[in-house]
Amino acid sequence: MATRAQTQPKPPAHKWGMVIDLDRCTGCQACVIACQAENNVPINDEKSFLDGRVIEWIRVERYWEGDFPDVKARFLPVLCQHCDNAPCESVCPVYATYHNNEGLNVQVYNRCVGTRFCGNNCPYHARLFNYWEPVWPEDLRNQLNPDVTVRTRGIMEKCSFCIQRIRRATRGGKKVEDQAFNPACVQACPTDAMTFGDLLNEDSRVSRMWEDERAYRVLEALGTNPSVKYLKQVDADA
Amino acid sequence: MYHRRTLTDAQINRELLDVVFRTPMWWVAIVSVLGIIVAGAASAFGFMMNQGLGVTGLQQPIFWGFFITNFIFWVGISHAGVMISAILRLSQAEWRRPMVRAAETMTVFALTVSLLQPLIHAGRPWRIFYWVFPYDWARGIWPDVRSPLVWDPTAIITYLTSSTLFVYTALIPDLAVIRDRSTGWRRTVYGILSLGWHGNPRQWKLQGIAGILLSALILPVFVSVHSIVSWDFGVSLVPSWHTTVFAPYFVIGAVHSGVSAVVTLMIVMRKLYKLENFIWEEHIDAVARLLIVVATAWMFFFWLDIVFGLWLREEQEITVWQLRMFEPPWSWLFLAFIMFSYIIPVPLWLFRRVRRSFTWMLWTSLMVNVGMFLERLIIIVPALMRKGPWTFTFDTYRPSAVEVTIIVGSIALVALLLMLFSKFFPLIPLWEEKEGQKLIDEVKVGDRVIPALVKEH
Repeated sequence: MATRAQTQPKPPAHKWGMVIDLDRCTGCQACVIACQAENNVPINDEKSFLDGRVIEWIRVERYWEGDFPDVKARFLPVLCQHCDNAPCESVCPVYATYHNNEGLNVQVYNRCVGTRFCGNNCPYHARLFNYWEPVWPEDLRNQLNPDVTVRTRGIMEKCSFCIQRIRRATRGGKKVEDQAFNPACVQACPTDAMTFGDLLNEDSRVSRMWEDERAYRVLEALGTNPSVKYLKQVDADA
Repeated sequence: MYHRRTLTDAQINRELLDVVFRTPMWWVAIVSVLGIIVAGAASAFGFMMNQGLGVTGLQQPIFWGFFITNFIFWVGISHAGVMISAILRLSQAEWRRPMVRAAETMTVFALTVSLLQPLIHAGRPWRIFYWVFPYDWARGIWPDVRSPLVWDPTAIITYLTSSTLFVYTALIPDLAVIRDRSTGWRRTVYGILSLGWHGNPRQWKLQGIAGILLSALILPVFVSVHSIVSWDFGVSLVPSWHTTVFAPYFVIGAVHSGVSAVVTLMIVMRKLYKLENFIWEEHIDAVARLLIVVATAWMFFFWLDIVFGLWLREEQEITVWQLRMFEPPWSWLFLAFIMFSYIIPVPLWLFRRVRRSFTWMLWTSLMVNVGMFLERLIIIVPALMRKGPWTFTFDTYRPSAVEVTIIVGSIALVALLLMLFSKFFPLIPLWEEKEGQKLIDEVKVGDRVIPALVKEH
């Protein structure tokens, strides 16, 4: 049986967060592809889109504003918001999803029984269910990332803020420099629209951007308290 | 006033125990057909486990579909047992007598089948046994008590245990009657089951007290079970799922569908087991009157649910209700639901001729349950289809053949369990009937003959 000392939460060493500057986002989907490659996300074909069973840990939502020819495309990359008051966590009967002390909303694949209640309760549609056993073509098997679990059918999965990279960087309580490592999506972003880092480190880039006057959180009225902020797009002609 | 039928104890024993001592061919035929359907559904479930939940019609925003609908539906049906037996027993309604056991038995079987539904629904049901039931003492990882999916089994298993005890307590005197009339291994089995019942005054007294106590103790469980089931929705963030009226709305809806199911069951059993001497027009009439009240109360809560939902004029709530009421195919299902569960049956029940007609009551009560199944579907799926401003689905939820087979199988399973139960145990309590006969002694007052005890009406 676990001792009391073991179950006491450690004081948080980090609080991971992300800021996405929508002024810089071009909707190029590089983050989507990088995430797919890094996290062993199954390949989505046309059928999975038609069935509504796509698995994308990060997706780019696109909105059109105005009428032709005066039309603007707006992009919004959406990933798990790692809410500090996450609606998905409290409804899981088996603690397959919980909040760790670094501000991450963690999904434990091995505990998940697939009630899909968390998926219902996530207003961001960040949680995805494996309806089928994921399969990769034979010649792509060797490119699976050995640091990331290959999920089975019948369980939920979602963005982990590339927890394998966080673990590797902070292993053994190592001190991490700001921007020493990044999740795959941030690393791949050609326009540097995404910024990831430790919100407890006041000098980090993400902490500075966190207080930006353009910063807002999506569906803030729900009180989920996300760890992801977006910087509002400002039009030069507006 | 009741049209009295006087039956001797011997006649009651003979007629009610007929099927216990005889196996008619039609019984074998019905059980085989039901067994085949259940086996078909079990294979469909096996196929689904083998292939993955991809064989269902579920998709990304619609994580819950037919199985959860069916879960709510059967928990709802199970509310008949307590409504009929506990509440009517405590309020001493005389007309409950022939239907108490049928209602309680249906409670037990409906609950059993409802407990199966979340297991069927889960992505990895084998893990539910692995994680939830043998508590993980070694690593100190416990089920999360904040989750309504932990409250659910707690409430349902409490209800199942108490209902099973309730059925069993009421069954003991009848088991002793069967024991006394059988030989060989049957005598041994019924002898063990009847716990040495000899019908002495002390045993009767204890049995009576146990019945009343259990009725009173089950009542809070009765209210809590469907309240807790409604909190599966109530604690979520999904629009239109979290109106505060959900708990009483679900409870009264459960009573509506459950009591209707008892009517269906009684009429079918009356026909199958030739119980014309025990189930009269008066009984069905009395249940139908109860149903009018229950259905109207349910309707009231239903409208409250809409009003509370729309009161704040939240955009998402309005979108969900618009999908439910005005956008096909949901608008058609909504129309069917409201017609079937209230607008058609309730005005019909206002007529005495309908209330006293077994044919009319059979079809109207079945209609109510079709409507109530649709109600649960309409609560669950459209809300998920319009969950938030980011929810976009161009498709709608279409249950697959596998899901439909499993739903049909669950209905067949309840029917099969009831057929098996009614083969080995009398579905109408002998002792309740005999007690009822004792109460109808007549006395002469002036020049009129009236019943000595008037408890009904």
